[in-house]
Amino acid sequence: MAVLNEEQTMLRDMAREWSKNESPVSAFRKVRDAGEAIGFDPAAFAAQAEMGWTGVIIPEAYGGSDFGYLSLGLVLEETGRTLTASPLGATALAATSALLLGGSEAQKEAWLPKIATGETIAALAVDEGPRHDPSKIEAKAEKSGDGWVLSGEKAFVAEGDSAHLFIVAAQTGEGVGLFVVPGDAAGITRKSRNMVDARSHAAVSFDGVTLGGDALIGSADGADLLDQVLDRARAGVAAEMLGMAVQAFEDTLAYLKTREQFGEILSRFQALQHRMAVQFTQIELMRSAVEGALEAIDAGRDDIAELVSLSKATACDTLHLVSREMIQLHGGIGMTDEHHAGFYIKRARILENAWGNASFHRERYARLRGY
Amino acid sequence: MATIELTNPADALEAFRKEAAAWLAENFPKTLVGKENVLATVEGEAKADPDAKAWKKAMGEKGWGTPTWPKEYGGGGLSFKEARVLQEEMGKVGAWNPIGGMGVMMLGPTLLEFASEEQKKRHIPLICRGEIRWCQGYSEPGAGSDLASLQTKCEDKGDHYLINGQKTWTSGGQWADWCFALVRTDTSKKHEGISFILLDMKTPGVEVKPIRMISGTSPFCETFFTDVKVPKENLVGELGQGWTIGKRLLQHERTNLSGGGSMSRGQGPSLSDIAKHYVGVDSEGRIADAELRTKIIKHEMEAKAFGLTARRVMAESKSGGVSLASSILKNVGARITQERAELTLEIMGMNGLGWEGDGFNAAELGATRGWLWGKAVSIYGGTTEIQNNVVAKRILGMLDHQ
Ligand SMILES: Cc1cc2nc3c(=O)[nH]c(=O)nc-3n(C[C@H](O)[C@H](O)[C@H](O)COP(=O)(O)OP(=O)(O)OC[C@H]3O[C@@H](n4cnc5c(N)ncnc54)[C@H](O)[C@@H]3O)c2cc1C
Ligand SMILES: Cc1cc2nc3c(=O)[nH]c(=O)nc-3n(C[C@H](O)[C@H](O)[C@H](O)COP(=O)(O)OP(=O)(O)OC[C@H]3O[C@@H](n4cnc5c(N)ncnc54)[C@H](O)[C@@H]3O)c2cc1C
Repeated sequence: MAVLNEEQTMLRDMAREWSKNESPVSAFRKVRDAGEAIGFDPAAFAAQAEMGWTGVIIPEAYGGSDFGYLSLGLVLEETGRTLTASPLGATALAATSALLLGGSEAQKEAWLPKIATGETIAALAVDEGPRHDPSKIEAKAEKSGDGWVLSGEKAFVAEGDSAHLFIVAAQTGEGVGLFVVPGDAAGITRKSRNMVDARSHAAVSFDGVTLGGDALIGSADGADLLDQVLDRARAGVAAEMLGMAVQAFEDTLAYLKTREQFGEILSRFQALQHRMAVQFTQIELMRSAVEGALEAIDAGRDDIAELVSLSKATACDTLHLVSREMIQLHGGIGMTDEHHAGFYIKRARILENAWGNASFHRERYARLRGY
Repeated sequence: MATIELTNPADALEAFRKEAAAWLAENFPKTLVGKENVLATVEGEAKADPDAKAWKKAMGEKGWGTPTWPKEYGGGGLSFKEARVLQEEMGKVGAWNPIGGMGVMMLGPTLLEFASEEQKKRHIPLICRGEIRWCQGYSEPGAGSDLASLQTKCEDKGDHYLINGQKTWTSGGQWADWCFALVRTDTSKKHEGISFILLDMKTPGVEVKPIRMISGTSPFCETFFTDVKVPKENLVGELGQGWTIGKRLLQHERTNLSGGGSMSRGQGPSLSDIAKHYVGVDSEGRIADAELRTKIIKHEMEAKAFGLTARRVMAESKSGGVSLASSILKNVGARITQERAELTLEIMGMNGLGWEGDGFNAAELGATRGWLWGKAVSIYGGTTEIQNNVVAKRILGMLDHQ
């Protein structure tokens, strides 16, 4: 566990209590059963905003608390434990990062305060296919007078069903640029996708959406900015995955300590002890990587990209393992919809894909290291 | 067929090949090519078309759905070599076996070994013709891996048995006509207190409650027995012999289930083809994602080694010996099946994670559900851990510390 300051400890404890009491896995089950396209409970998100979680990385000048990425990561870890369905990570971390890193004063003033209160849900729209690949962006923003005309198809936009604001990556002719696009702009069509995690991953098409000149975030050749934004989004997802892995592991451990077969509790079988010891080991490595990446971001260090890829790759591998073991070690019970093991493995595979799977990040790590 | 003087066994086999080909040409409806529904034998064909019905009837009457079972009980009476030839000929024309399910895979071979003559005459022909669906009443809430701790009570009431208790995870329980169950007839002894019994699922007091699985379907049930009266003639073998019989049946189950691995080699596009489609190739035709490519290579090589092992096991057991390698088939088959499913998802990315509705094609949705369902193959029929225990203890002689 990273060494936390007082605010961070308080925030983490508060998030843990809230998730346990107000947003247990049964709350996610309700969301799943309700089958709404937005994929979360607005009241739960409102409560999160009320507690200030939507403003954790936003400077005080724009209504946030400026506690930083590690702090927000702690919250996402805790809410991830119980599979809390919420756009928190998408809006308050991923999309917010684009505005923080590249936004003009006017853009920040226009949007950050509303994101901080939860009034605006923002979503990052980058990928156009089923596998993360920022090198394959084909959406186009064409200059038109003082402004831009945006066209293209974005796939699996997290929280795309509820977003009031999209941060869209598009080719500008000079490179890839990021654009602020209000969700109610003419020419936007959303198509819900019904996916295994029962959360929102919408297909969003932009068909000749007219934007002002002030819609561009940073420069028209913003590949570096996009990369930095993505790294923050990835670190946030990895934090959520950490919480899921920890909880899935703890639930499995608790089960092995109660279920009896052959006149013994299962946890007395050495074959299973070792399986748990291995998972514990991997989770410890995962925690170091996840916290390390968040700390690097807060410190503005120059190894952010490397640590983020380490963090995401490790998170993918570990949660993959733990989510499989959760089902296997529960036996028949783990295969039932009534049990929550299935919820964990389904959400796990979605997050493994989010912003690059393990192979993507290992490849990237190698490139960053020059081999 | 004209009767020709045949002395050479190879000639006899060739003659059989011609006979089989001719019979298939006459009886297998071309419309059924590629229409095999592996679950039909468990779930029952919901809306079987007339061709499928006719095909099942023809195979059932010929006994070729259970080709090596004795003719007197409705089987095909073929030798193993002939059965293999039949399979090859079926493969050539795209024909598949419409007779299956737990009756074929598990119960039939067990009855052939342990049942009385009357029981064989009564139950086996129905299995051969695919007219009765069987389910397996083994597991209970408290008795999974430790199956012998089962508690479902079976009392001798003079002219009948009376059964009370609960089974669970009963695959196809809601569609089954009959159930073969392990029940406790003696509470003073763990293993020797178990008996093997057959019961009609329509008997008063039998109640099934489907359980929904993570894949969204409900293919198995909780099964409750409340004062279920079972005729005495339905006991298989001796009272207290159930553990021996039940374990023998599990061996048949495992041998068949390890075929799960064959799903991974079977029909449909290869992983490498799926990957080329979703991920693309580099300038030299290699799958563009280097790590994914390595994983696919490993998987396909392991599947190949598995296929060779399955063949070796078959050859070794036919030549009379017991094949040690047979003990690894279930675990390897399960691993290959699950690995293939995970890799398919990885290749398809978000497209492999759709639940239903627009945006996903049938193959993608199938991959998702298959992936979830497939998590069961390392659990049912004896978990991977239990299989490893068996290997360690029975084969390697590594005994418990106590
Ligand atoms: C390079 C080296 C340096 C060492 N330095 C020191 C030192 O500085 N001080 C010191 O006191 N000792 C030292 N040792 C000894 C070391 O602690 C023992 O070798 C070790 O504890 C294993 O004991 P053993 O060799 O008797 O093997 P055994 O205990 O006989 O074990 C043999 C194998 O069985 C496994 N095994 C044993 N029990 C179990 C179990 N219950 N469950 C599962 N698997 C089990 C072991 O993991 C091992 O693979 C050193 C050993 C080596 C190789
Ligand atoms: C899809 C599906 C279909 C099924 N169909 C049927 C059916 O038709 N009829 C039927 O009777 N049953 C059926 N089963 C039940 C199946 O046989 C049991 O689920 C299985 O035997 C495991 O038992 P359990 O679920 O109680 O798990 P448990 O026995 O509680 O096991 C939990 C975990 O502990 C491990 N474990 C247990 N003991 C040991 C040990 N000594 N050493 C190491 N690890 C151990 C297990 O491997 C598992 O990982 C089905 C199950 C599934 C999932």
